[in-house]
Amino acid sequence: MSDESALYPLETIKGVLENLPQYEKLGLETTVLERGRCVLRMNYGEHLVGNPDSGVLHGGAVTTLLDSVGGMVVFTLIPNGASCATLDLRIDYLKPATPGKAVMGEAIVYKLTKSVAFIRATAFHEGESDDPISHAFGSFMVGSVGFSPEAKEGGSA
Amino acid sequence: MSFLERYIELKKEGRLHELQDLIPYASFVGLETREDDKGLLTVLNQKNSNIGNTQIPAVHGGVVGALLEHSALMTVMWEQELTAFPKIVNVSIDYLRPAIGTKDTFARGVLIKQGRTVSNVRVQAWQDDENKPVAAAHCHILTG
Repeated sequence: MSDESALYPLETIKGVLENLPQYEKLGLETTVLERGRCVLRMNYGEHLVGNPDSGVLHGGAVTTLLDSVGGMVVFTLIPNGASCATLDLRIDYLKPATPGKAVMGEAIVYKLTKSVAFIRATAFHEGESDDPISHAFGSFMVGSVGFSPEAKEGGSA
Repeated sequence: MSFLERYIELKKEGRLHELQDLIPYASFVGLETREDDKGLLTVLNQKNSNIGNTQIPAVHGGVVGALLEHSALMTVMWEQELTAFPKIVNVSIDYLRPAIGTKDTFARGVLIKQGRTVSNVRVQAWQDDENKPVAAAHCHILTG
């Protein structure tokens, strides 16, 4: 593992991301925060339902969970001061989330280059990581575009 | 009355914007569907709670994804006569420009291929200029 001092402190990542408006609104909770692996929890709520007949969550809520945990895990490995922005996200919806149950989003970085981080992510119910709700691959730009946990003046687009 | 039955009724009466009240997540993030002169349009209304990047500020990538997915579903429901609620099988989202958090975001889908059980849809999202997309997606939707 590279020099910890060159990376974002894990507590900074957690503190900054959990305070972003959409993280807060969705109520995302960090349950695992390691260098290269993160898990976020999204509790079930009636307000997140996409199919009013079945009570199944809207795919968009799961997409936001996966994009959030993907961004978070990228921040654990990139140099302190660097920002990241989602380049693309590809999701397979394997089965509907069970109404009433929280959804966990787990992501790992499987390849990090100077300018791009490649992640794999899954969404599953607690204790059911072997039977995921969705599976995703994503890539994030690393460097000067997007968001940085170090709240500097006017991050660039 | 099922959601699909309500949908058919609202479509017939030109009241699709009321769909937002039937889908909790649509009201949660502010997704509204309506008809304009080019066809079906889905709007993600500006909401500070949708921001995922406070530095630009920009709409959370996941919420932009939600707009694209929602627009794709609405496109399939609009173009096809469905008997069941459509389900997304997979979606691939490209993020092209930041979606500015202080503006509304729009999306329009095109049904590329209508299959017996799966349809393919492409969607683009933009803010000020439809020719300058902020994100694009293609997805497969199970309709049977």
